[in-house]
Amino acid sequence: MTENEHTQHVNAPWEAGDFYHLRLYVAGVTPKSLTAFANLKKICDEYLEGRCEIDVIDLVESPHLAKEDNILAIPTLIRRLPEPIKKIIGTLADTERVLVGLEIHKRTDAPS
Amino acid sequence: MVLDTSSPIAREATLPKCPTGIQGFDEISGGGLPKGRPTLVCGGPGCGKTLFGMEFLVRGATEYDEPGIFVTFEEKAHELAENVLSLGWDLKELEARGKLIIEHILVERSEIEETGEYDLEGLFIRLGAAVDAIGAKRIVLDTVESLFAALPNELILRSELRRLFRWCKQKGLTAVITGERGDMTLTRHGLEEYVSDCVVDLNVRVKSDIATRRLRIVKYRGSEHGTNEYPFLIGAGGFSVMPITSINLDYATSSERVLTGVNRLDTMLGGQGYYKGSSVLISGTAGTGKSSLAAAFARATCAGGGRCLYFAFEEPVSQIIRNMGSIGMDLGKLMDAGLLKFHASRPTTYGMEMHLLTMYNMVKEFEPDAVIIDPISNLSAVGGEEEVKSILTRFVDFLKGQNITTLFTDLTFGRTVGEYTESAISSLMDTWILLRNIETNGERNRALFVLKSRGMEHSNQVREFILSSDGLELTDAYLGSEGVLMGSARVGQEARDFEESRLRGQELSGKKRSLEAKRAALESQMAALKQDFLSMQEEIEAVETAAKAQNAALFKDRDMMAKIRKAD
Repeated sequence: MTENEHTQHVNAPWEAGDFYHLRLYVAGVTPKSLTAFANLKKICDEYLEGRCEIDVIDLVESPHLAKEDNILAIPTLIRRLPEPIKKIIGTLADTERVLVGLEIHKRTDAPS
Repeated sequence: MVLDTSSPIAREATLPKCPTGIQGFDEISGGGLPKGRPTLVCGGPGCGKTLFGMEFLVRGATEYDEPGIFVTFEEKAHELAENVLSLGWDLKELEARGKLIIEHILVERSEIEETGEYDLEGLFIRLGAAVDAIGAKRIVLDTVESLFAALPNELILRSELRRLFRWCKQKGLTAVITGERGDMTLTRHGLEEYVSDCVVDLNVRVKSDIATRRLRIVKYRGSEHGTNEYPFLIGAGGFSVMPITSINLDYATSSERVLTGVNRLDTMLGGQGYYKGSSVLISGTAGTGKSSLAAAFARATCAGGGRCLYFAFEEPVSQIIRNMGSIGMDLGKLMDAGLLKFHASRPTTYGMEMHLLTMYNMVKEFEPDAVIIDPISNLSAVGGEEEVKSILTRFVDFLKGQNITTLFTDLTFGRTVGEYTESAISSLMDTWILLRNIETNGERNRALFVLKSRGMEHSNQVREFILSSDGLELTDAYLGSEGVLMGSARVGQEARDFEESRLRGQELSGKKRSLEAKRAALESQMAALKQDFLSMQEEIEAVETAAKAQNAALFKDRDMMAKIRKAD
C-alpha cells in the first residue's frame, strides 16, 4: 500500500492543494474497467494534476479485498483521501457527477 | 422421520432433493429443497425466514456434511451467531471447522454515488471466494432485497440478480433466498420472477391475541408437495413443521383391548374395556368425575406396564396427584417409575398449533401407549370451534396411526347438558362416556352411561358413579316403582325394601308355624282314629270267632240229637 507515504498530506487536509488518494476496483480486464480507468485518468489529469494518486485493484487477483473493503459493484472508485471516504460506482461516464462525488473543485478556484 | 411412509407425498422423488433437516419440512416437500437450485422463502417481518435459512445451513453442515455460506445483508455476523446460540447452534465453532461461512455484506446507500454502467462482480467474487474456501454446497442469501435500497439502478440490479441465481445454479449450490413480503405480491421487489423452482411462504397470523406461524409451499416445480398451510413452531430446537395434516385415514385398527381402570366400566364395555388405539371421550359438567375417570385409566395403563402421557390443561400436576390420592390412586409412584408423564400448561399460553406441536413432539419423544388430554374444552378458549376440531382431528389421526389410545375429557356446561360437546368433536370419538350430575331430594349424584362405543357390545344402563377413598365404583342405580333413584335416596329405598321383605318374611313364618301346628293336630287325630279302627277290627274278629264256635256247637248238638232220635 502507498498509504504511509501520504499520511503527511493529511496533516493539512483542507487546503486548496488537497492530495487525492483514489482507488479503483475492477475485476479483470473488461470493457467496463477500461472505460472507468480511462475516464478517471482524464478527470485526474484535468482537475487533479500532480496531486492525486490512483491505485487500481484487480479483485480477480486479490479477492479477499472485496470483503475487506466491502466492494459489491464493479467498477467502484473510492476516495480514500482526503477523508471522509467517498464511494462512486460505475464507469465514471458523467464527469460532473464524479466531480461532485469526489468533492473536487477546479484549480481555478485556488488562490493566485 | 416417523411419517415418511404414511405420507403420500414422500413416495418418490422425481427431482434430486436436498434435505433441509428441518423437522417436518422434508416430509411435506417430499424430501427437501430442489438440489442445486434456488428456493425463495418469503414472508413478513419476524416470520422466521432468517432462521429457516440458518437451520438449513446448520443442519446441512452437521447432519449432511454439506458446508454452507450464509450471506447476510442485514444482520452482522456476531449478531446472527448470538441470536441462534439459544437454539444450541454454535456458528463460531462451525466456522472454525470450515463448515460455515457467514458473509456480512454491508450496504449503505448514502455513501454511494453512481455514474455509468456497473455490475456486481465484486459480490460474485466475494461469494465465489467463500464458496471455494470451504467447498460449499448450500447458500443462503438473506435478504438480497436490501440491495434495492443500496443500488439506485434497478435495471442493472435485476439483471445482476438473475445472473446471481444462474451463478448459484452453475456452482451447483442449493440456495435459499429470503424475501420480504410485498403488498400484493409474494416479495416486495418481485423476486419470485427469478426464482421459479420452489417458493415457500411463511406467515404469522394473530387471532384472539395468539400468534400462529404457518408455512406453505406455494410452488415446487417438478415435484409433488403438500399444498396446505402447515403450522410450524420455532422452538428450543429450531424449526418444526407439523406435517400431520397429510395423514390419511388408512391406519390399521387393533382389536386388542385395554382396561378402563374401573371394573364395572369394563363390564359395561363388552367386558373388556376400550379398544387399544381408539379415541375415548368423557364428557360431563363440572365435578362429575371426569378427571378421576381419566386418572383411573392412566393408572390401569401403567399397571399393565404401559406408558401414559397426561396433558393437564386445568390443574397443576401436584394438585392432580393430591386429588387422586384422596380417591385411592397413587399417581406419584407411577411418575417416579417413569410410566406416567404429566405436561401441565395453561391453554392460553400458546396458540392451538403450538399446543398441537408440543403434544406431537412429546408423543414422539415419550412413545406412550395412552394419551390423556384433560380437558379439551379449555382449548376452545384459545381457538374457535373449527380450529379446535381441525387440530384434534389431526391429533387423533396421528395418535391412531401410532396405535395410541386417547382419552379426552370435555367439560360441558349446565345449560347445554347432555349429548353435546364443546368442540363438536363427538364424531371423532369411538367411545363416548357421559357423566352427569343428577339432582334429587336435595343432593347431587353422579351418573354414568355409555353414549356410544363403536365396534363393541355395550351396556345401555345408567350406573351410579361413586368416588370414595377406596377408589371408583359403579353401582346399579335403583330402578323400581319409584323410578331411578340414586345416592341416599337409593340407599333409603333399598333399606325400605329390605324392611318390607323382612316383615313379609316374618308373616310367612308365622303362618307356616300355625299350619304346622294344625297339621300336627290332625296327625294326632289320625293316630287316635287308627287306634279305634284297630280295636274295632279286633272286636269284629272276636265276634266272628264266637259266632263260629256257636255254629260248631250247634252242628254238634244237631248230630247228637239225630243220634239220639235214631235218624236215618
